[in-house]
Amino acid sequence: MSMGTKTVSGPGLDLARVRADFPILQRSIHGKPLVYLDNAATSQKPRAVIETISRYYEETNSNVHRGVHYLSEQATSDYEAVRKTAQQFLNAADSKEIIFVRGTTEGINLVAQSYGRPRLKAGDEILITQMEHHSNIVPWQILCEERGATLRAAPMNDAGELDLDRFSRLLNSKTRLVAITHVSNALGTINPIRRIVEMADGWNVPVLVDGAQAVPHMPVDVQALGCDFYTFSGHKLYGPTGIGVLYGKSALLDKMPPYQGGGDMIMSVTLEKTVYNRLPYKFEAGTPDIAGVIGLGAALRYVTSLGIENVGAHETAVLGYATSAVSAIPRLRVIGTAKEKAGVLSFTLENVHPHDIGTILDQEGIAIRTGHHCSQPVMQYFGVEATARASFALYNTKEEVDRLVRAIEKVQEVFR
Amino acid sequence: MSDLRDLYQELILEHSKAPRNYRQSPAWNRKAEGFNPLCGDRFTVYLTVDGDSIRDVSFQGSGCAISKASASMMTQSVKGKSVAEAERLFESFHRLVTGVGHSNGDAQLGKLTAFSGVSEFPARVKCATLAWHTLQAALEGKQEATTE
Repeated sequence: MSMGTKTVSGPGLDLARVRADFPILQRSIHGKPLVYLDNAATSQKPRAVIETISRYYEETNSNVHRGVHYLSEQATSDYEAVRKTAQQFLNAADSKEIIFVRGTTEGINLVAQSYGRPRLKAGDEILITQMEHHSNIVPWQILCEERGATLRAAPMNDAGELDLDRFSRLLNSKTRLVAITHVSNALGTINPIRRIVEMADGWNVPVLVDGAQAVPHMPVDVQALGCDFYTFSGHKLYGPTGIGVLYGKSALLDKMPPYQGGGDMIMSVTLEKTVYNRLPYKFEAGTPDIAGVIGLGAALRYVTSLGIENVGAHETAVLGYATSAVSAIPRLRVIGTAKEKAGVLSFTLENVHPHDIGTILDQEGIAIRTGHHCSQPVMQYFGVEATARASFALYNTKEEVDRLVRAIEKVQEVFR
Repeated sequence: MSDLRDLYQELILEHSKAPRNYRQSPAWNRKAEGFNPLCGDRFTVYLTVDGDSIRDVSFQGSGCAISKASASMMTQSVKGKSVAEAERLFESFHRLVTGVGHSNGDAQLGKLTAFSGVSEFPARVKCATLAWHTLQAALEGKQEATTE
């Protein structure tokens, strides 16, 4: 494996070394070295994460918050240490504001059901945007339908940037919550969350941020952003699947009823009445994904050790290189040309369906995503049924982009 | 590239660029919509069925090269056939694209053998069979078919 070993870009990111941290990058697919460009779907896992999970099962496996025995205390202490790590990662004010969930989708559903459901009345409004992932649309549709409320979506422009003026005009005295993605999974657009929060503050409206596509690429400081809820998935951040984080301001979380009932979320139970546990346990019913949390901790430490600023700078360089490289390909259209972008390059080829692009690239060992990316309203806006999407992570190289470009040219040869 | 050429044979590429019977049959009496929720491919198949005979068949919609070429060649193969013959043809076609192999009772696939390469690409089997599932749904009087 020589590819990319000479490339060092971004201050302090030694690409050869970080690539060696990811065992799967040694694989060949269809006889060619794997070029993994489907990171917005899920990222690969470094050895540190894989080994931490194995070690947990081999040495520490036990239930948390229950036992007085050694292993349970060890597992509990490892599990709770990750809450601290996540708190620092997001710069939350208090670790009790970190709730472990299955992923971004569950984080959003928790807020919809536990914050939204008791408050929402007929005629109220929830404001999202046109560039949301289905997971930040459907939970609100379900809720609005049940409560007789209205879901509004702020439009974007042809570059795939949020129209802030129209967004601000959609805020009003009936708006109960803003739910917005930090980075669009289909377009890569970075939304100006701080400004969004300031606008919403003017109406006293809380803001939930879908951070799934943002945390892998940039430092996130929830206190500086001022948002009320922020949620992300571990598996897009080099951690395991099935685990994620919901951050919520404790003033709001304290007032919210539990999302699910069960063990661990109670203080005391009689058959007549249950007293709920305090934060964050009120929202963590049942035995959690302990190995997942501990694996997530390893992923957070891994990214932090590299420096998320270094990671972001490297990815911005690779994305910029890829964008200018593919833009030179005839009959190729880049979908999503916002000034501020992270991680994602969506495109279409004239007269070639993205699915056919995906199959041909796969034969070249290149993994990309093709389809609607669970963002059908975005596809409708751009008048396409699907796009091909290359999405970048800290281990991707400019040499890999060159292989992507050559493979796209091969697609055009087949469909000439 | 050899595997790719097996999948994207000239005949398939040609049909995907210039699909046959790409219209709404004027006297259609059965139709169904086929949808692959995974990739968004969507086709409507229109049939003019007279007794046991498929007098006319046409389609409209959008999808990848494999699904569009398959829809185009499906319409050519079943036009004028009996309902039972069309169903047997689908069974044989399904065996072809899933790589199950031929059986003695197989219908003559003719040009449809161009799709034999699909069996090497499991993710694309649904593309090749979408129009056929839709045909089957229309023949059975169902409104919709999905590949899921």
